[in-house]
Amino acid sequence: MDTPYAIEMLNITKKFPGIIANDNITLQLKRGEIHALLGENGAGKSTLMSVLFGLYQPEEGVIKKDGKEVKINDPNDANDLGIGMVHQHFKLVECFTVLDNIILGVEPNKHGVLQKEEARKKVIALSKKYGLMVDPDAKIEDITVGMQQRTEILKMLYRENEILIFDEPTAVLTPQEIDELMQIMRNLKAEGKSILFISHKLAEIMAVADRCTILRKGKYIGTVETAKTTAQELSSLMVGRNVNFHIEKKPQKLGDVVLEVENMTVASKSHNNNAVKNVSLKVRAGEIVCLAGIDGNGQTEFVHGLTGLEPLVSGTVKLKGQDITKAPIRKRNTSGMSHIPEDRHKHGLVLDYSLENNLVLETYFEPEYTSPAGFLKKDNIRKTAERLIKEFDVRSGQGPVTIARAMSGGNQQKAIIAREIDKDPDLLVAVQPTRGLDVGAIEFVHKQLIDRRDSGKAVLLVSLELDEVMDVPDRILVMYEGEIVGEFDPKKTTQEELGLYMAGAKRMEVKA
Amino acid sequence: MKKEITRTNILKKPGVQSLISSLICIILGLFIAFIVLLIINPSGAFTSIMNVIKNFLWFKNPSSRLKYFGETLVKTVPLLMCALAVLFSYKVGLFNIGTPGQYCAGTCAALYAALKWQWGWVPCVLFAIIAGALLASIVGVLKAYLNVNEVISGIMLNWITLYFTNATLTAVKNPSSKDTLTIATVNKAALLPKIGLDKVFNDKYVTIAIPIAIIIAVIIMIILDKTKFGYELKATGINKDAAKYCGMMEKTNIIITLVISGALAGLGAAFYYLTDFEQWAVTQSTVPAMGFNGIAATFLGGLNPIGTIFASYFIQHITAGGAFVDLTKYSSQITDLISALIIYLCGFVLFMKTFMNNMIKKSDAKHHVKEFNINDEGGKK
Repeated sequence: MDTPYAIEMLNITKKFPGIIANDNITLQLKRGEIHALLGENGAGKSTLMSVLFGLYQPEEGVIKKDGKEVKINDPNDANDLGIGMVHQHFKLVECFTVLDNIILGVEPNKHGVLQKEEARKKVIALSKKYGLMVDPDAKIEDITVGMQQRTEILKMLYRENEILIFDEPTAVLTPQEIDELMQIMRNLKAEGKSILFISHKLAEIMAVADRCTILRKGKYIGTVETAKTTAQELSSLMVGRNVNFHIEKKPQKLGDVVLEVENMTVASKSHNNNAVKNVSLKVRAGEIVCLAGIDGNGQTEFVHGLTGLEPLVSGTVKLKGQDITKAPIRKRNTSGMSHIPEDRHKHGLVLDYSLENNLVLETYFEPEYTSPAGFLKKDNIRKTAERLIKEFDVRSGQGPVTIARAMSGGNQQKAIIAREIDKDPDLLVAVQPTRGLDVGAIEFVHKQLIDRRDSGKAVLLVSLELDEVMDVPDRILVMYEGEIVGEFDPKKTTQEELGLYMAGAKRMEVKA
Repeated sequence: MKKEITRTNILKKPGVQSLISSLICIILGLFIAFIVLLIINPSGAFTSIMNVIKNFLWFKNPSSRLKYFGETLVKTVPLLMCALAVLFSYKVGLFNIGTPGQYCAGTCAALYAALKWQWGWVPCVLFAIIAGALLASIVGVLKAYLNVNEVISGIMLNWITLYFTNATLTAVKNPSSKDTLTIATVNKAALLPKIGLDKVFNDKYVTIAIPIAIIIAVIIMIILDKTKFGYELKATGINKDAAKYCGMMEKTNIIITLVISGALAGLGAAFYYLTDFEQWAVTQSTVPAMGFNGIAATFLGGLNPIGTIFASYFIQHITAGGAFVDLTKYSSQITDLISALIIYLCGFVLFMKTFMNNMIKKSDAKHHVKEFNINDEGGKK
């Protein structure tokens, strides 16, 4: 114990054919510190963590635990060394209780008979100690995302892990829950746990981390103490250039109504109530309207109703004055509506198709790409793909023929955005377009949305990120339990005020 | 060094990989069959396995060789059509294990129309196509609208169709045997035209079916790779939700895929039974192996329509060759056992391919990685 470091990854190099994912990266986590790992998508954070968990073996470099070199061959080795991780997507059994999930894999038993009482006591003690309030007997499917995350943290604590890794833990949380998580992390640190915090949200890193290691394109950029730096400096280290946080918008030139939704009601798939109740709204040319709210308040269903993925129970949708309530999706796509979907893997891409095939997913049937006899004009598809890849800076291993699955999340999203914006739509429906993206990519997406607005087109943005809600749109509509409960001018409101409406504490009458 | 790079590049081509893994599987299959023969009776093992490989080449007389080659081709046609049926749906992300049933339905339609209604060969063929397609459409509708797994509903329908076929074809049975009547005795017009091929091969069963089947394989390849239709079908198969999102008729596409797949299987049946090469035994209690072997042929052919032609031929070749195993030394079931073993190994082609890919990746990572730079991200999720 003569070293201050709990875990050290020294000069790690991990190569894949065509790419060096980690190029001589060093990460030293001190005992009892919160250490942030910052980097854009594709910077090599996931690879580095996979190396730590023994999922990949590095070509070069060593890993040391308490100063002693260790060999990690699989996740079990990592577990034995006291390394635990809260994944971005929780690994919980939905129909099990919190307690069952916590003891899963390390069930206390006597001759094969479960001894849950003992485990329950331990879990309750742990949750008191660290301020992790969660009911051990509640089922995972019934509790909030924040509580599910606490269950994951308890899982690590129950296993007496000393090194806790949080992989983008705030992506799924509400602002209040984020504050709570920050406090929990501070508590853990106070109890001597070492925390590695993977994130690209600078404000959170500044708020909670002691030190921060920055990766860029697989390379080690540096480790800085957060007390001696600024968010601006961190972001330029991460992206490699200065990032413009301020969003420049031209003065607004409002045009005609492009989208008019009247009394839309959409059924819910998960419960008997309607997910969207009698919603009316208008979006005009030259404006960005943001539909804000906490996840699961009917935004998804509203968009599905609007874009034709789900049928309406009642109500009408008009695009440029034309009634498209019952129009098939193809008709909507070709008459001026573009849709950047919420779930890019489910709806946005055919993951096993090449990038070029994905880029013409909504235009392949046009005469430009299909001959009258029904043959694809592959040359034209290639040309379009190459143009879009260049214009939107979509990066991939092999260009147009790269399989979409092999691309990083940010570039997959860029590909979708390229495809949707290239159609020059009158109305762009963008649902959480920056989810999971890093600062550089977010800046890019926001610029694209604002370009649409400035060129006199309409944008409907659906977002859960309060920063985005405040910065990008011209008008905010807050959705709560399937209804629009407030309309705001982002210049004249605050995050706190929006929060009250989003949580259902306040509401006002809104006329479309 | 330079030599090594070219070697790796050739190995990286998917076509070459498929070919090599198919060949490895064939060799492994033959080897295991050989071992089995060795265990049962060492004295005849080598000659027997050579006979299996030789098939008709076993004959010394060139005209007999040609005749048996022709007959192997006759049997290749239905297998090829079944393989194409499996392949077409597989490329669209559906596993049409109902192919044997659709093949049955095609048989039923073709023979009933030929023997009972005395139709000409063209309507008989069309009727078989429709029968296969209709049966498959049930699976398609269930899948598209009720999300019933196509494997389950396909297998169930296989048995229903088998017994339906037995029941129906009893009406055109030869009274003195369990088989259906021969077409030549009842309705010559229903026999497939031979366009002189019978003379070439010196075998009356060689018909127009052989060239047409090959042409169909090529057409299938073109549809899948080059057309808008194929693009849509494959997109639907890989990701139904994305297909819906971008405005494709995803439900219709699923049904169309299975209809085409079923039509191919039905056509295969017509192409076989309308040659009179074999009659349907109305007492059979198993679904014809043709459909299931089609699955093996699809994979052995590297999921490529052209590869499937050769794979189908190979499977029929060794199946026929199995008949030349020395039966004084082995029991008569050995014939089927040997071909079954080899066909079973054919199913391992994809596994072989993955295995090979991993080997290449490993050696790549060792030897070539230094040459790459990191201009690109991605490729590792």
